[in-house]
Amino acid sequence: MTPLLSVQGLTRMYGAHVGCRDVSFDLHPGEVMGIVGESGSGKSTLLNCMAGHMAPDAGAVVFDTRTGPRDTVTMSEPERRMLGRTDWAFVHQHARDGLRMGVSAGGNVGERLMAVGARNYGQIRDTAVDWLDRVEIDAARVDDRPSTFSGGMQQRLQIARNLVTGPRLVFMDEPTGGLDVSVQARLLDLLRGLVRDMGLSAVIVTHDLAVVRLLADRLMVMKSGRVVEQGLTDQVLDDPQHGYTQLLVSSVLQV
Amino acid sequence: MSDYNFAYLDEQTKRMIRRALLKALAVPGYQVPFASREMPMPYGWGTGGVQVSAAVLTPADRFKVIDQGADDTTNAVSIRRFFERTAGVATTTRTAEASVIQTRHRIPEEALTDGQILVYQVPIPEPLRFLEPRETETRRMHALEDYGLMHVKLYEDISRHGHIATAYAYPVKVEGRYVMDPSPIPKFDNPKMSDSAAIQLFGAGREQRIYALPPYTQVVSLDFEDHPFEASKADHPCGLCGAEDSYLDEVITDDAGGRMFVCSDTDFCETRRAAGHAGAMNTGKDAA
Amino acid sequence: MIEIQDLAKTFTLHNQGGAVIRVMEGATLSVARGECVALTGASGAGKSTLMRMIYGNYRAASGVIRVGGVDVAQAEPREIIALRRETLGYVSQFLRVVPRVPTIDVVADPLRALGIPAEQARTRAADLLRLLNIPETLWSLSPTTFSGGEQQRVNIARGFAHPYPALLLDEPTASLDATNRAVVLALIEEAKARGAAMVGIFHDEAARARVCDREIDVSAFTPGLAA
Repeated sequence: MTPLLSVQGLTRMYGAHVGCRDVSFDLHPGEVMGIVGESGSGKSTLLNCMAGHMAPDAGAVVFDTRTGPRDTVTMSEPERRMLGRTDWAFVHQHARDGLRMGVSAGGNVGERLMAVGARNYGQIRDTAVDWLDRVEIDAARVDDRPSTFSGGMQQRLQIARNLVTGPRLVFMDEPTGGLDVSVQARLLDLLRGLVRDMGLSAVIVTHDLAVVRLLADRLMVMKSGRVVEQGLTDQVLDDPQHGYTQLLVSSVLQV
Repeated sequence: MSDYNFAYLDEQTKRMIRRALLKALAVPGYQVPFASREMPMPYGWGTGGVQVSAAVLTPADRFKVIDQGADDTTNAVSIRRFFERTAGVATTTRTAEASVIQTRHRIPEEALTDGQILVYQVPIPEPLRFLEPRETETRRMHALEDYGLMHVKLYEDISRHGHIATAYAYPVKVEGRYVMDPSPIPKFDNPKMSDSAAIQLFGAGREQRIYALPPYTQVVSLDFEDHPFEASKADHPCGLCGAEDSYLDEVITDDAGGRMFVCSDTDFCETRRAAGHAGAMNTGKDAA
Repeated sequence: MIEIQDLAKTFTLHNQGGAVIRVMEGATLSVARGECVALTGASGAGKSTLMRMIYGNYRAASGVIRVGGVDVAQAEPREIIALRRETLGYVSQFLRVVPRVPTIDVVADPLRALGIPAEQARTRAADLLRLLNIPETLWSLSPTTFSGGEQQRVNIARGFAHPYPALLLDEPTASLDATNRAVVLALIEEAKARGAAMVGIFHDEAARARVCDREIDVSAFTPGLAA
């Protein structure tokens, strides 16, 4: 079986300082992979290199495109952008980084459709309303700007905006960060449902072990730019092999 | 003549602008940066257009300037005088007789012909600016033909007003490639840009950009299948010349709500009246 | 169905001077289809550890854990995920769910993961919840707020939603009243009848005697404890 995403020896340096070094893994269709580590462990650098937001110094990010596996690092910028608005999606930690705050909710959701050539206003709007419903936003808010939305609603709108073109791979950077705990739960449930129903694969960067336990099938633990341990999520969390992971797991406050 | 160099600008500057113009003509719709000079008028008064005109004028040219279609408004009169004084070129108000026409916010009603040059004054050349403030990002979007945003703008119009309410500076796509701001002309004028026999040059002084349409370039106004582009105008005939197909200005005539619609293109209106056409408000005094 | 050979487990405590604790050695057992095997042994003998290793939750140091043809000790994460989705169920003592998800959806979740349509999955979930005497008024609430006994029953309903060919039961009858205990034992017998291979921990001796075909004392696999 061809992996959907195959990361090979991905390295990114900041001068002498290591961003991430020699990271390799395969992600198969329908799999959700979590990346955990403390601030500065290189997990965001890794995510940005994978998603094409940052050029790695070495390594390959091979994605199984509709025309076969391609290294997205060496692919041309227009091709990578096209991927970015069709098969890939990126959910930012702060919704305002991923939304256009001056554009209505409907326009935000419709943008990706229009970017790939949708030119029928009625259909674009119907799709936007359908997606608002799927992320539990009242259809009556379709013409409101996201600046009038709560933090949780903004994050759900960002998800709708990303998933509207039916991507196959979603990159998420701390998707529940900065949200109230009760809002987090609702978002987690929504994400799980969407991942399952759309058969999405996802790479989720977070420092919240509870989030990966609930969302991720597999887990990768990073420290100082390197992967120290990876495996099945509950195995890594319940039977951590590496000293750093043991420290990380034992440091979580129990409720 | 006077102590000025021909057409005010020094020869090196004109060369620099001509180079930018040639590049702009070679890549229709692409915004070429140029080193805009200080001009003896404030930004927003047509500094970009004036520099382009200065670079293309020759002593044999006949120059016309319009502002919102009119030859006799302050802006048009001062720019016309400026070139009369600094270049000594002949001037005219007749569209058909002019070889170079500088314009603010209109395209003449009379179809332009081979050999004519239309110079537009442009305040903001970047059509993507409305939604994307970063210049680095808009340039990349042009380079990659990443134009989804333009339709987002139109989508927002329809969602808010029920139709595309953008009435001027209506975005166009040039030869299927670059999305271009046509300067703040009414969308009624958009179709005139396409397949025109004249050379069309756009100058933005403050923003330091030049772009162009060579003759017979395809220019398409962006729209949706279910909300197609319409070159709309006020639904009246001209009160003075009776024209049904020209762009109209609304003129308030008294304090009692009286008003009339007249051609915004003064030369077009006068020419029609001279040929004997009369509108409902025209009492016959000046038609005689 | 479940084959374990010479399984060993160690824990290395890197943050406590790198102490290595050997908790299991030479574990060998086999469970056939339609068979229910009870793990016995004193507290700390390694019953839960063995169960977790079978489920892939703990990593084996050496040995083979074959469940339906997959060696859990060697398998790739995605193979274990597929195994858990289709073949191997686990009724744990602890309920771990996304807060605010309604009970009925918690129970239907394993079926939804198999691609069964929402309505059909909910119908099956409702049948099980009714069988386990969870009042219908609670179905739309999250089980995180339920009592221990109710959570236990939700867990059981979830574990039996899909007819797994292999099933791990961790104290399935603990904290249940007589009526519900009987229901759970009936569910286990029903699973045996359709050919499921089961491994369980039962402190409830009567229950163990009723549903289990064999007992395996895991003390035999505990280094230093073996007779």
